[in-house]
Amino acid sequence: MKRSITCVVSALAVSVSLHAQVTPDRLQNAAREAKNWLLYSGGYFSNRYSPLTQISPANVKNLELAWMYQAAVAGAWQTTPLVVDGIMYLTQRPNDVVALDAKTGRVFWIYRHQLNPNQIVCCGANNRGLAILGDTLYMGTLDAHLVAIDAKSGRPLWNVEVTDSRQGYSVTLAPLAVKDKIIIGVGGGEYGIRGFVAAYDARTGKEAWRFHTIPAPNEPGGDSWQPCTPAQGKFCDPEAWKHGGGSVWVTGSYDAALNLTYWGVGNAGPDWNNEQRPGDNLYTDSVVALDADTGQLKWHYQFTPHDRYDYDSVQVPVLADITWRGGPVKAMVWANRNGNFYVLDRATGRFLTGKPFVKVNWMDTFDERGRPHQTPQPDGQPTWPGNQGGTNWYSPSFSPRTGLFYVSAWEGYATIFGGTPVEYQEGRNFGGGVNRNYVPVPGAPGVPGLRRGPINNWTDAVASGAVLALDAATGEVKWKFPMTDVTDSGILTTGSDVLFTGGREGYFQALDAKNGTLLWKTNLGAQIVNGPITFEADGKQYVAAIAGLSLCVFSLRN
Amino acid sequence: MTAFLGVLLVALQLGHPGEYAPADIAYGAQIYDAQCTTCHGANGDGVGDINLKSGKFRTAVTDQDLARVITNGVPGKGMLAFKFDSAELAGVIAFVRNMNSFDRGTVKVGDAARGRALFDKNECVRCHRVGDRGARVAPDLSDVGAQRSAASLLRSLTEPTTQMMPINRPVHIVTRDGTVINGRRLNEDTYTVQLIDDKERLVSLSKSDLREFTIATVSPMPSYKTMSEAELSDLVAYLLSLKGR
Repeated sequence: MKRSITCVVSALAVSVSLHAQVTPDRLQNAAREAKNWLLYSGGYFSNRYSPLTQISPANVKNLELAWMYQAAVAGAWQTTPLVVDGIMYLTQRPNDVVALDAKTGRVFWIYRHQLNPNQIVCCGANNRGLAILGDTLYMGTLDAHLVAIDAKSGRPLWNVEVTDSRQGYSVTLAPLAVKDKIIIGVGGGEYGIRGFVAAYDARTGKEAWRFHTIPAPNEPGGDSWQPCTPAQGKFCDPEAWKHGGGSVWVTGSYDAALNLTYWGVGNAGPDWNNEQRPGDNLYTDSVVALDADTGQLKWHYQFTPHDRYDYDSVQVPVLADITWRGGPVKAMVWANRNGNFYVLDRATGRFLTGKPFVKVNWMDTFDERGRPHQTPQPDGQPTWPGNQGGTNWYSPSFSPRTGLFYVSAWEGYATIFGGTPVEYQEGRNFGGGVNRNYVPVPGAPGVPGLRRGPINNWTDAVASGAVLALDAATGEVKWKFPMTDVTDSGILTTGSDVLFTGGREGYFQALDAKNGTLLWKTNLGAQIVNGPITFEADGKQYVAAIAGLSLCVFSLRN
Repeated sequence: MTAFLGVLLVALQLGHPGEYAPADIAYGAQIYDAQCTTCHGANGDGVGDINLKSGKFRTAVTDQDLARVITNGVPGKGMLAFKFDSAELAGVIAFVRNMNSFDRGTVKVGDAARGRALFDKNECVRCHRVGDRGARVAPDLSDVGAQRSAASLLRSLTEPTTQMMPINRPVHIVTRDGTVINGRRLNEDTYTVQLIDDKERLVSLSKSDLREFTIATVSPMPSYKTMSEAELSDLVAYLLSLKGR
């Protein structure tokens, strides 16, 4: 190569013609656009499944590191990158957006959102990713803004305040682009917020609709927040709904044929002192189906009525067309934090199947409408699953090839819950409880909250992890891949039946999606808390995972 | 800051190193009038025995000291902390250093609205972008008024090459298969280069795949020396008003 620096003016041919980079049609067909990763969960059905086949069970052992990208700010890096025609876009802490070459990891530009110092978040400076529509990227922020960013230059186009971050609101999920709107939800379930899902005009940032996940008393569902009776030693809030929680911090799904968008709703507030908010507390711990154009509620299903365990239903709603009891059904399949696996009819919300995938003792049976019969444990006794759940926000995967639903599970994990009265104060924690890990020996370490050191001193006597492959129609466990420590990693499956996942131990591993056999593993040295993705650039398939501060991208050895 | 940010211009040439450019002094005068006169007064002698025209300050000797005092304030002494962008800060310091000799009567005030009209008339958006309008082949100007000083903006109009950041240099590339790529450099390392090409595509190339890789040190932007002093001051006023989002 001849390299030279010249004083001759380089004539720049000027062109202002632009093609829309990612059209609504492309998003609609994203799951079939194998070389790209256009949405948080890969497609509107949120299967986190890619048709790519170059990396196969036979050659996955030949994966090697293609490149790494190191972030500068420590903490759980939960983002899912997007990949659009060879360009990767991802968020990094606290609210940066990075555009880089998907083949080499070299950076084109970085956008840094200037955060308001008043932001309040429960669990660190988390952000889970971006949406893209046209030539524009969309990011929610810790100080509850929604920002539109030019995908070519990294410059902000608009920046709107979603709501007041001083009250504990934040936006940590990856927005969802549907037609001409950008849909988000708000975090803050530990701060007594009143949660909502809202849609914004993609071009201008003007709010188009807002659905409150906690209904007002005069709205349908408002009677699920009943007046409480003051009693000695107990705090009673006559307007509990105003601080009822119902955060939405994981990206929803969309069915274009039904024009419905689906969102998992978080815990009630206060998290653990259920006595001060009698009633079912709709729409906490529910899935809501909203009209994508208007935000109107079409149906809901509540997984955990009147929750006292912090069983957020902030799982990714996985949409799958399956055979159920001999007939086709447009289903939603859901492994919930409360330990049960569910199959719902996504057109109507009808409950079809419910079955525990880990040990459950907070309930025992379902009635025909899917309402659980709850069995609260006596004071001081453990409840399974524990506070972090049988699973949590970690992205599951559904493979249309195997018909299996794959979920990261916490097994053998229980908590001794203790609710305490708490009065709402703006911006202050509104948990209302003191909880303890259930451990086999008094004083033994429990499962660490968000980070772990290199020695597992809690051991699988307190909790262990697993990848479970469930029959998507029945919830029957078809195979299980056990791990000594628990896992916060998402799961990816591919058209060659390779399953990629990670875990807190720092291994990035490939399993045979048909039977759970370990095919390949590598130690990345720090916990993996995001969902792996795969993409293709210049005819080569790559698979990406984040461990600690490192985004690691692998491809087959040449 | 107010949306209107006019600029005063006394001359077109940039001062020597260690001195202060007239455009910065003029811009600083505007900022000073809007932000500082309430306490310090128009003549700089409104606070106790402090006289800004004297060139001597209680807690500042260097320009760096002045920047610290303006940015952080003086807790307990009444001096507030000001959130100025770098263009404003450079202007205020330049003005305070030249309050004694600066003659407001000899300058013209730039008008941002007229400047925008000139920006449109000269089709600057054929190459540059502001907000959601314009091309991306030249650097985005959406927040250039917060990044560049008044003097730098003025000189970038009359002598563009002198103000072109090295990273923005135009690149001309011929790949081994003969493909010609022209664009603006965004990033570079030992083995690769990233650019936005003249079709506004983000392109990343391995240098081992290139037959020719030329980096121009002369800006492709034409000089606007032919504009009148008043037009240039209007244009600079408009560019200074671009503070981003």
